[in-house]
Amino acid sequence: MTQHLFRPFVTAVVFGASMLASQAAAKSDITIAMQLEPPHLDPTSAAAQAIDSVVYANIFEGLTRFMGDGSVVPGLAESWEISDDGTVYTFKLRDGVTFHDGTSMDAEDVKFSLDRALAEDSANAQKALFAGIESVEVVDPLTVKVTLSAPNGNFLFNLAWGDAVIVAPESIENIKTNPVGTGAFTFADWVQGDSITLNRNPDYWGEQPALETATFKFISDPTAAFAAMMAEDVDVFDIYPAPENLPQFEADPRFQVLIGSTEGETILSTNNKQAPFDDILVRQALAHAIDRQAIIDGAMFGYGTPIGTHFAPHNPAYVDLTGGSAHDPEKAKALLAEAGYPDGFETTLHLPPPSYARRGGEIIAAQLADIGIKAEIINVEWAQWLESVFKGKDFGLTIVSHTEPMDIGIYARPDYYFQYESTDFQALMETLNATTDPEERARLLGEAQRLIANDYVNGYLFQLAKLGVARAGVQGLWENAPTAAIDLSAISWSE
Amino acid sequence: MTRNLTLGAALSSLVLLAALISFVWTPYDHTSLDIPNKLQSPNGQHWFGTDHFGRDMLSMIMVGARTSIAVALVAVGIGMALGVPLGLTAAARKGSWLDEMIMRGNDLVFAFPSLVIAILITAVFGAGAINAIIAIGIFNIPVFARITRGAALSLWEREFILAARVSGKGAARISAEHILPNVANLLIVQGTIQFSLGILAEAGLSYVGLGAQPPTPSWGRMLADAQTMVSFAPHLALIPGLAIIVTVLGLNLLGDGLRDWLDPRIRVARV
Repeated sequence: MTQHLFRPFVTAVVFGASMLASQAAAKSDITIAMQLEPPHLDPTSAAAQAIDSVVYANIFEGLTRFMGDGSVVPGLAESWEISDDGTVYTFKLRDGVTFHDGTSMDAEDVKFSLDRALAEDSANAQKALFAGIESVEVVDPLTVKVTLSAPNGNFLFNLAWGDAVIVAPESIENIKTNPVGTGAFTFADWVQGDSITLNRNPDYWGEQPALETATFKFISDPTAAFAAMMAEDVDVFDIYPAPENLPQFEADPRFQVLIGSTEGETILSTNNKQAPFDDILVRQALAHAIDRQAIIDGAMFGYGTPIGTHFAPHNPAYVDLTGGSAHDPEKAKALLAEAGYPDGFETTLHLPPPSYARRGGEIIAAQLADIGIKAEIINVEWAQWLESVFKGKDFGLTIVSHTEPMDIGIYARPDYYFQYESTDFQALMETLNATTDPEERARLLGEAQRLIANDYVNGYLFQLAKLGVARAGVQGLWENAPTAAIDLSAISWSE
Repeated sequence: MTRNLTLGAALSSLVLLAALISFVWTPYDHTSLDIPNKLQSPNGQHWFGTDHFGRDMLSMIMVGARTSIAVALVAVGIGMALGVPLGLTAAARKGSWLDEMIMRGNDLVFAFPSLVIAILITAVFGAGAINAIIAIGIFNIPVFARITRGAALSLWEREFILAARVSGKGAARISAEHILPNVANLLIVQGTIQFSLGILAEAGLSYVGLGAQPPTPSWGRMLADAQTMVSFAPHLALIPGLAIIVTVLGLNLLGDGLRDWLDPRIRVARV
């Protein structure tokens, strides 16, 4: 009898001991959840942020790169020289860098990558980044000379984008399904609809990362996200979709909550070419009808910083213009009456899936109803949104977060989906692009922010917060998101 | 036996009453947001608490009852208006190509899982209460067509129909004057059951975001919105859930009770 009673106890002790042993050596694998699955894995031919989240700095690297604090540091380029007139950049490449297929990374690959992005038929989603490049010359295998048509103070910053990573002509054909880059991790497997796995690259030129494998898992439903996190099926949720659950994670010692900022200006995008929004008085009325704090509290459970223009508040050049569009329904009504719509009007409000849009949209619709504007809510999926709103420009209002860094330049593109056309602003952007002096740039950026705020181009709501949840032992996660990226090489498990 | 009927009628009229009252009065405006007072548990001021935007849940449930009832009622109406004449025609022309066509068409609609097709319809033609009504309505057609045809077939064999035929009445007139009144009881019972299924279907469609669109309150969407908040504000899910349970239970009891009450055999036994 005693034997029988004893046995489970022994098993428990042995099992417990083996558990301790496995815990002593730090874990070398990690499962990271993201809400959206990338459509493919080529960051140089699509705008989808999910692609960059998986591949940026992990599989692909550029000449320069972003760090977690937003600074731009050397990447594949070891150093560079800028000519006195600011138009010629001579990059010195790192020696001994190889792609995952074993071919070497040299000046020819850099020329190929930049020429490919520049080309007429280029599928690059951010062609404007490369617009100023006049020519790319190979000086020797480790030196590349890039000539710009005019000085561009942002050039090194532009090259750090995921859209400017260096790819190889040998592997370009299958880049969408089998990405071959120079990064610290190699592509291993993609189970469509479920996960992508990356393995450590033993031949990496830089420091070896602590992780051996990393799995990106796609969980779109907020309820499933909560369940997966609570069950510890995933170790990290990069951008957690349900802010209302964060207090529970904060109270649970098994988890840590990382709250940082993103480059996402969340705006009430307004179709500037569609009546009645072509009237600045109507747009001004919209701006005064919106109560930003109510939206932040109601849709984001308090996470987010109010903005008054299309610019990130953590940027040193940010100007706080929220006062110019303060919540004032009476003034909004008066403005509407002045514009010739004393009884308001009807419009559409297209809402993509994220909760900032769906919940924020319900709140905004109610706030607009207070001044007589009847906004019909149309919930759309992302594919539909891209098709009808972004490409088709068939919308009145929509809510979306513009997560590209420093993207105020989109206001200089009259064919961009909100269709703002201002020659003043376009001229200002040209001056800005040609300016390299940091102080003068900051002044011009301030002027640009004021211009679009005073034109009430869009309703400026709040800067999207980066809400990350991770298990307690995970270290090295980016707190902020200067660009969409999950930098695996910095991540490790504490003992 | 009458206990079912009484309880069913009581629960159903409670929901109907709430929906009717909501036209003239609700405790608060069901669309007005009050974000500082969000997620309140049921209390003296808000009997059913407030939701994540600070809207009064009782007001939303009352107006939501209106949405549910309207969708289910019109959907059942569509099913009856089209299904009953089809069933009568099929029975009157029993064995003809017309009968075959109608009944095989019914089988076709029946063969599809109804909610999946409803999702397809609303996904193609756009989400909204009207499309939800049409989607649910289409699936009520074969239900009523079958039950009508089945009952009518046995009636066509009866002597009083023969008498009507002998007196020179046409098939259409016999169907309208003699068959229909005799299947009416059956249709009322089935209508009640379909009505409760309609309420469930509407809640299901709204839950996946294909029913009534915001700001129109809908029980299904209230449940969907509550999902991530159940752990700290359970009333958000409990209250619309209970509303659906009470309504469906009430209608099913009512249907059961009506069947017993209207069934001639049981009626005779009772007397």
